[in-house]
Amino acid sequence: MTIDTTPKMRWWDRLAHPGQFLAWTGYLVWPLIIFTALLFALGLYFAFFNSPADYQMGDTVRIMYVHVPSAWLSQFVYGAMAVSALGTLVWRHPMADVSMKAAAPLGAAFTAMALFTGSMWGRPTWGTFWEWDGRMTSTLVLLFIYLGIVALWRAFDDQLRAARVIAVFTLVGAVNVPIIKFSVDWWSTLHQPASVFRADGPTMPPSLLIPLFIMFFAFTFLFVTLQVVTMRTEVRRRRVITLERKAARETGA
Amino acid sequence: MIELGQHATFIAAAYIGVFAGIAGLILWAVFDSRRTTRRLEELGDRRR
Repeated sequence: MTIDTTPKMRWWDRLAHPGQFLAWTGYLVWPLIIFTALLFALGLYFAFFNSPADYQMGDTVRIMYVHVPSAWLSQFVYGAMAVSALGTLVWRHPMADVSMKAAAPLGAAFTAMALFTGSMWGRPTWGTFWEWDGRMTSTLVLLFIYLGIVALWRAFDDQLRAARVIAVFTLVGAVNVPIIKFSVDWWSTLHQPASVFRADGPTMPPSLLIPLFIMFFAFTFLFVTLQVVTMRTEVRRRRVITLERKAARETGA
Repeated sequence: MIELGQHATFIAAAYIGVFAGIAGLILWAVFDSRRTTRRLEELGDRRR
């Protein structure tokens, strides 16, 4: 009888090792793309053909199906970055910096979309594209934080050192996320209070909630898909840097 | 297409803006991935 002494790779090691990450996510990309596309097709069908106009806002309520999911992602992506920042600082997880770096431009884009759709919704309902109230101003600050993080990643040549500095910056900036969430309760604002994620349940009828939730999942899966693809690119980019340095050393020697 | 009422321009602008943003993100992700793959191949690494 022989005893197998080969070390077994645990699921955590598979996740942590960049080479293994490339291997297992290779099978995920196309199913994620197809599932996300189906969710968007279904969501758009509900948004335009199978949901009523609001009794007060009329058809402008349809902007909600792209505004709320992009606003949700603007905060969710930052939450994912803050968890990754902890992974970098506390556990020195090899994929944490990669996740943090890949998420920043995605978060910036979703925040810009939330601000844009908000202003398109604000003009016909409030009579203004922009108001310096708590919700809008704190979301604009979030966009600047994202852009600052993207710029910081580009400012460092040493990506391992960059990761530690940016992780601290990300965790400090995380204080803005609860400010965005509770700004509508703390201050008198033009923006309406929470109407979906409330302790006493949503205040909307199912005819509006169903398309909203479908689009919510479509946007979330879009982020997951883009995050996986951009993380895979970042892992391979680091391999490019290693190979370029090796080639430069060999040329120099 | 359904009738979007008097504020159709704002609704259309919101959706066009979001889908232009999403298209931009997708194109950037694909372009960046292909550029990295090409560079890896130039450096003699054929792993995907």
